[in-house]
Amino acid sequence: MDLLTTPLHDMFGPVTLSYVFLAMGLNIHYGYTGLLNFGQAAFAAVGAYTLAVSVASFDIPFVLAILLGVLAAVLLGLLMGIPTLRLRADYLAIVTIAVAESCRLIFSTQWKSHFHARDGVRGFVGGFRDLNPLPDYEGRVLSYNRNDLWVMIVGWALVALVCLLVWLLMRSPWGRVLKGIREDENAVRSLGKNVYSYKMQALVFGGVIGAFGGFIGALGNASVVPDDYNTDVTFVALTMLILGGAARVMSPVVGAMLFWGLFSFMGVLLDDVMSSNQITMIRWILVGVALMLLMIFRPQGIFGDKKELALDAR
Amino acid sequence: MPADVHNSPAGSPADSPGVPAAVAALAALETEPGVAKPDPILVADKVSRTFGGLVAVDVDHFEVQRGTITALIGPNGAGKTTFFNLLTGFDRADSGTRTFNGRSLKRISAAKVARMGMVRTFQLTKVLSKLTVLENMRLGAPKQSGERFWVGPFRFLWDGQEKENTERARELLARFKLDAKESDFAGELSGGQRKLLEMARSLMVEPELVMLDEPMAGVNPALKQSLLDHVRSLRDEGRTVLFVEHDMDMVRDISDWVVVMAQGRIIAEGPPDTVMADRRVIDAYLGAHHDTDITELDEETIASEAEAEIAAERLDEGREQA
Ligand SMILES: Nc1ncnc2c1ncn2[C@@H]1O[C@H](COP(=O)(O)OP(=O)(O)OP(=O)(O)O)[C@@H](O)[C@H]1O
Ligand SMILES: [Mg+2]
Repeated sequence: MDLLTTPLHDMFGPVTLSYVFLAMGLNIHYGYTGLLNFGQAAFAAVGAYTLAVSVASFDIPFVLAILLGVLAAVLLGLLMGIPTLRLRADYLAIVTIAVAESCRLIFSTQWKSHFHARDGVRGFVGGFRDLNPLPDYEGRVLSYNRNDLWVMIVGWALVALVCLLVWLLMRSPWGRVLKGIREDENAVRSLGKNVYSYKMQALVFGGVIGAFGGFIGALGNASVVPDDYNTDVTFVALTMLILGGAARVMSPVVGAMLFWGLFSFMGVLLDDVMSSNQITMIRWILVGVALMLLMIFRPQGIFGDKKELALDAR
Repeated sequence: MPADVHNSPAGSPADSPGVPAAVAALAALETEPGVAKPDPILVADKVSRTFGGLVAVDVDHFEVQRGTITALIGPNGAGKTTFFNLLTGFDRADSGTRTFNGRSLKRISAAKVARMGMVRTFQLTKVLSKLTVLENMRLGAPKQSGERFWVGPFRFLWDGQEKENTERARELLARFKLDAKESDFAGELSGGQRKLLEMARSLMVEPELVMLDEPMAGVNPALKQSLLDHVRSLRDEGRTVLFVEHDMDMVRDISDWVVVMAQGRIIAEGPPDTVMADRRVIDAYLGAHHDTDITELDEETIASEAEAEIAAERLDEGREQA
């Protein structure tokens, strides 16, 4: 029974949720605009740390702390974008990876009185939990404690909101410019659009969505630890996006849920036969195999359009 | 906008009817490289660009008369495309100044240049493959309020403008015989259709000056004829056209003025007939038999002429050695 309920439980839980946001942000960057951001974890980290430190160290009210987190993500986007977006696409990829690692190192080694190094920041979720009107939930199949449930309800509502916003934007002339840039930025430039500005908007918008992944992760764990923002976080989110199929509104959501569902399923399946270390390794190997199979048999992802993919070859 | 550059076909009584004043004014000009025009829309001065040791463009002076169709011709590698890139801000010149409508283009981005009314197409077409043909066209429309982030989500704010743009896009697509393709991905079009789409899309920007890099390459003869008419109609609307083309029939047919580049420099300019009779142009670009159809008979004469030339050269060499 656990074999099904645990994955199902995890598919909707706070961890999946936080990845959904990361992947939704990457969908704006990579899926729609063609920007290679390998530092999405940095947006989550900066958002989460700003929220946590604002509340824990400076007693700033929860809602204001969230706004500060968003502001921090905007600044990070500008910081990454200003030097790189005029250059070739690969520069952004390199810089974002470097920025993400720098962020993590700063959080784990600097201002220890606020960041608390590897122990991380705690004691910032009170304001959020005080708003919680829910009791614990004991269903026949799934159960969640009231804290997780609160994160999930707020989180999934936000996911729905972001999906709606992305859908509205991507059918608008604004979205058309982004897709044009993805296909050929010089063509878009020749039509009089300020490509640099649009790329910056896309980077910041996707980054802010990523920061919400950071908020959700932080609130779900009730702690913010530097190791939660390793580079592989970004790559897992990218994998989820590609699994779902880039440049589709729902693909990061479904991709992330499916990914964590399978991940958790393998964990339960192998639980009796192996140590947890082995399980972790085997799981990652299987992820790699699954990704290869996906690329071979369904390169456009779950929602993608094979026809569109074929256009690249022309 | 083109409205204020409208040329009345009237002109002085001596003018033949139907010739725009701007075109008629060219007749009085000297036919020397870099000659000043009475009403230039685009001026380039001492523009040069080198790639490593190669001087790709080294133009002393270049002007385009407003309201005319100007052709830029020259052998492969002459620097025409590079010159286009420099003029439109897609590449930065090593030195030199450019002005458009009297405004300096120094440090002005390619996008801004396009917004100012100078729009170019690319020799290697750049269609946006995963956008439909109609979306490609709509993207070209200028000043779209829905292209702002905060406006985009609210359809009612940009719906009206979008409808107008769509209407204009459909008209243009019909003129370019692409109307049946409007909901196909641009990436599904053939090479020639892409050329057409790119040209139509550039017109969506409502440019004052249209710069076309080999618009006829790969377009079938019947459509070429209607494209020629279309380019002429652009001039009649008051727009200025500057185009690069290797199809001499087209150049002869529609251009009011021809500028010839070779090895990065302008070597001749003038009305089509004058330029095509110019010795330097024939040597550098056209070849001696450019205006005769090559039939078998001609081929024989060409071959025998060539043989005679070679023989004469040998004779010369022999004399020199002796
Ligand atoms: N990016 C570049 N790097 C190095 N050399 C270049 C570059 N672009 C152009 N060139 C060189 O500059 C010269 C002019 O090239 P350009 O493309 O402007 O020729 P063109 O007149 O457009 O020729 P065609 O009629 O074949 O299109 C060529 O010798 C070319 O090799
Ligand atoms: Mg060229």
